[in-house]
Amino acid sequence: MVRSSLAVLVIDENRIRASIIEAGLREAGHERVTVIHDVTGIARRIAEIEPDVIVIDLENPNRDMLENMFQLSRAVKRPIAMFVDRSDQASIEAAVDAGVSAYVVDGLRQERVKPILDMAVSRFNAFSRMARELEEARSELESRKVIDRAKGILMKSRGLSEEAAYTLLRKTAMNQNRKISDIAQSLVTAAGLLGPLEDE
Amino acid sequence: MGHEITAGFMPLFDSAVLVAAREMGFAAREGIELKLQRETSWANIRDRIAIGHFDVAHMLGPMPLACNLGLTPLASETIVPFSLGLGGNCVTVSNAVWQGMAAHGAAPDLDPARAGAALRALIRERAGAGRDPLRFAVVHPHSGHNYELRYWLAACGVDPTQEIEIVIVPPPFMADALAAGRIDGYCVGEPWNSASVAAGTGHIVTVKALLWRNSPEKVVGVRKAWAQENPDALAALLRALHHSARWCQDPANHQELAAVMAQPGFLGLPPAVQMPILTGHLDLGGGAEWAIDDFFVPFDKAANFPWKSHALWFYTQMVRWGHVEHTPENLAIARDCYRPDLYRSALKPLGVALPGANAKVEGALKAATPVGSAGASLVLGPDGFFDGQIFDPDEIDAYIAGQKLVRAEA
Repeated sequence: MVRSSLAVLVIDENRIRASIIEAGLREAGHERVTVIHDVTGIARRIAEIEPDVIVIDLENPNRDMLENMFQLSRAVKRPIAMFVDRSDQASIEAAVDAGVSAYVVDGLRQERVKPILDMAVSRFNAFSRMARELEEARSELESRKVIDRAKGILMKSRGLSEEAAYTLLRKTAMNQNRKISDIAQSLVTAAGLLGPLEDE
Repeated sequence: MGHEITAGFMPLFDSAVLVAAREMGFAAREGIELKLQRETSWANIRDRIAIGHFDVAHMLGPMPLACNLGLTPLASETIVPFSLGLGGNCVTVSNAVWQGMAAHGAAPDLDPARAGAALRALIRERAGAGRDPLRFAVVHPHSGHNYELRYWLAACGVDPTQEIEIVIVPPPFMADALAAGRIDGYCVGEPWNSASVAAGTGHIVTVKALLWRNSPEKVVGVRKAWAQENPDALAALLRALHHSARWCQDPANHQELAAVMAQPGFLGLPPAVQMPILTGHLDLGGGAEWAIDDFFVPFDKAANFPWKSHALWFYTQMVRWGHVEHTPENLAIARDCYRPDLYRSALKPLGVALPGANAKVEGALKAATPVGSAGASLVLGPDGFFDGQIFDPDEIDAYIAGQKLVRAEA
């Protein structure tokens, strides 16, 4: 990997995502990587670090404050522009889609910085994918739990076997064009309202 | 026939006209599917409108000028065919600063001249004692907030570039920053002033409506390329926003509007918190209450008309504080940014009152004044600056030269 002397500052309130990006940058041979989670007192930190590239997540409401600081502050000696080349529309779109923005010291050559931006974009996308999968797994687990409870209610109140209870839930869901977990949730809610059909 | 339009907005009360256009069905009635996307920073709004994620957006009045003048990265050419209202901001200071101001003659009456004189005395006293300058926050360098705070201070004999420090803080963080002592005061839209008063950590010392009555605040910024390719969609949107703004202005709808804005996807704050901006009835802190005429005006007084004189006044302030150089080219860019022609042509079929001129002499109307206009009667103003200054958009050079003198005297 190419050894780089560029100083990279990652500003991200999400610690997990920040460490994923940091790891990616280090794997790519960037040794001067600093991660900041909290922007309090950031002007001094930037003066110390003198970053060549600043990577920040788009969710961060402090972007306006940072941009103003880049433009005005004596702490940042060189003007900083977003991205290297504003004609590179595809890169900019990819970054915004991924939810990341970057500021680069004016005058840096595109080929030195682009790999860093590409890395940040791909790590942001990887993180979003991971978060989505985690959320899907969590809701999958939740629906399985609620379906089990609904089956239990049907087995007890209507004397059905587990298989028959599930078939009934599935048929109702198909007839109403809804998800089984939604039907199950309605049933659990209704049972809760109607009284102690369950032992809970 | 249908148009799909994506609009970005910030969770601030003055996005209400956009939000109500969708939620109350005004957009749908014009054949528009209006998609609203909440954002976390003005920088995001600027970036997303530039790359085409948004067609239009809720913007700070000077922001499209800053885009077109090349003052910010990644900006695209943006035009303003509609204003989202007049007023709505306050200046709030910490309890300690308020006590210092009160000792120098400030009273809880929002009088900008009196409050400014007291603040100047406090600033000089602190400087004499070798203390750090007071730190004020605004929401963005290219904002009405920044320019009205500086205008107020300069008119009261304080040089805002030397005698105080001005920093940027996102609106929802203002009250916390004040309570934590990271800032001494701020200028922001409601409800973020009342938030400090309610917390017992701040006092409202003056309001935008008294600094410059019926003055511009947020606008609808439109990517120029999109506007050129979609003139019918834009005209339909402006008609929807017109109906929405009229609905927002009507006190009979304020409860419902507050309930809509309270939803987590929009402002996300309880209706009670939104009442000060809707009624103009403010708690200033320390038990003082005040009712302000024209505190926030979403529709009346031709509030939605994108006056070129508003844009040009912002331009004079950009020049004044060194954000941009005054050149014929830059002046032409500033002059072309707000587009009353688009507003007029979109609303003409409705037969509503429309100003006949594209610009007016700001500060000339001392009282509410009926004006001749196409179709129906229209009332403008008052539009005075608190220091009695007049801004004549035809005399820009003289105005810019004059305000340099104000600063030099400070």
